[in-house]
Amino acid sequence: MCVGDTVSKIDIECRVNGKLSRLQAYPMARLLDILREELHLTGTKEGCGEGECGACAVLMNGAIVNSCLIPAVEADGEEIRTIEGIASGAQLHAVQDAFLECGGAQCGICTPGMVIAAVALIDRHPHPGDAEIREGLAGNLCRCTGYQKIFAAVVRACEAADTPLSGNR
Amino acid sequence: MRAYIPSYDLRIPGSLTEALGLLAREPGIWQPFAGGTDLMVLLEAGKLSHKRFLSLSKLADLRGIEVTSDSVILGALTTYTEIQRHSVLQAEFPLLCAAARETGSIATQNRGTLGGNIVNASPAADSPPALLVYDAEIELISERGVHWLPYHGFHTDYKKMHLAPDELLRAIRLPRRAKPWRQYYRKVGTRKAQAISKVCFAGAAQMEAGTIRDIRIALGSVAPIVLRAVKTEDALRGAKLGPEIIARAKETLAREISPIDDIRSTARYRLRVTQNLLEEFLSHLGR
Repeated sequence: MCVGDTVSKIDIECRVNGKLSRLQAYPMARLLDILREELHLTGTKEGCGEGECGACAVLMNGAIVNSCLIPAVEADGEEIRTIEGIASGAQLHAVQDAFLECGGAQCGICTPGMVIAAVALIDRHPHPGDAEIREGLAGNLCRCTGYQKIFAAVVRACEAADTPLSGNR
Repeated sequence: MRAYIPSYDLRIPGSLTEALGLLAREPGIWQPFAGGTDLMVLLEAGKLSHKRFLSLSKLADLRGIEVTSDSVILGALTTYTEIQRHSVLQAEFPLLCAAARETGSIATQNRGTLGGNIVNASPAADSPPALLVYDAEIELISERGVHWLPYHGFHTDYKKMHLAPDELLRAIRLPRRAKPWRQYYRKVGTRKAQAISKVCFAGAAQMEAGTIRDIRIALGSVAPIVLRAVKTEDALRGAKLGPEIIARAKETLAREISPIDDIRSTARYRLRVTQNLLEEFLSHLGR
């Protein structure tokens, strides 16, 4: 497989937002770059590139991960959900609706990761307490909002999720 | 500067036999890659000098948590999230659960592994102090065979350990204790969350009528390796708890650790905080 100082690309097959994707990538290419550059899913952002800021967060087999720290080969055979796969068509997810309602987004760089973190949190704890919300969002940095509106959006999303027709949870 | 990605290989063996075969045939060429939460950071920073990695992700033999009557055995690929969610670990090994919960973000905890935390060999790693306090044993496996050894003593110096190039860490064993111990874990970092420790302290003790019957103390970020403070333990074992013994133990601990100035803290601050944490731990025992 090694030719000189470089390796060949390998075949990777994974399900992204429900759709089977087949592509070729260098083994250590980052999932983040595959999503953005190969699959043109540019909703996932790059912030720090070292697993600190959460801007590149996606769901892998339902669990939140930082896609900047996942080598492409590790995504082979796995189920990935990005921010583009959170809404159902034109129907926003309850979390997305709540972010709009509460002004949880400003510049927008952290927003996809924040929404992913909130969805991951609510999937596991449909009624999170304040501490759980803080812990659920602790891996996502925001430089604009001061976090209060994001926090409020998660609280709102949980209330909304309790009433039917509010989202696709 | 970012690394040149095409120059890195990451092989995914389908079985443990295949993985061990590759490590035996080309020792030192292939470095194990578990959750990748440390290695990928180095890659991104252009500081990952090793080029060929062996992914452990498909090796089922390195996964799972097994509970027996006298121990809990965690596969090396057990994630921090799996640790936190395990009922026996929650009940009997709370320091390990606390360490798992304080390691990075949830996204990191979903990927990072206990085995990776050990073999990455950072003196600032969060789970090793807990493992030392629990007298953990580790299982190393290679084509030459399998052997168990105490985790205490596995690390010999900064990033150095008793792991041959053809060996993998397969599992970590925690002996279950008949009687409950009083336990204490505290990590001090720049922030309460998402920070690498300046000092990390894990302690456990068995008390009997105000006397310390037995005690374990382990520390991260204050020596080239995660340290079991055996001299401080000796100074405390059998002693009646009181201000004098606490003061003496703090002096012993100061001589036992070797903190340094680095990007995260200073030697002076680390020494003071370490002593304060010892005092806090011992004060809790008196209550």
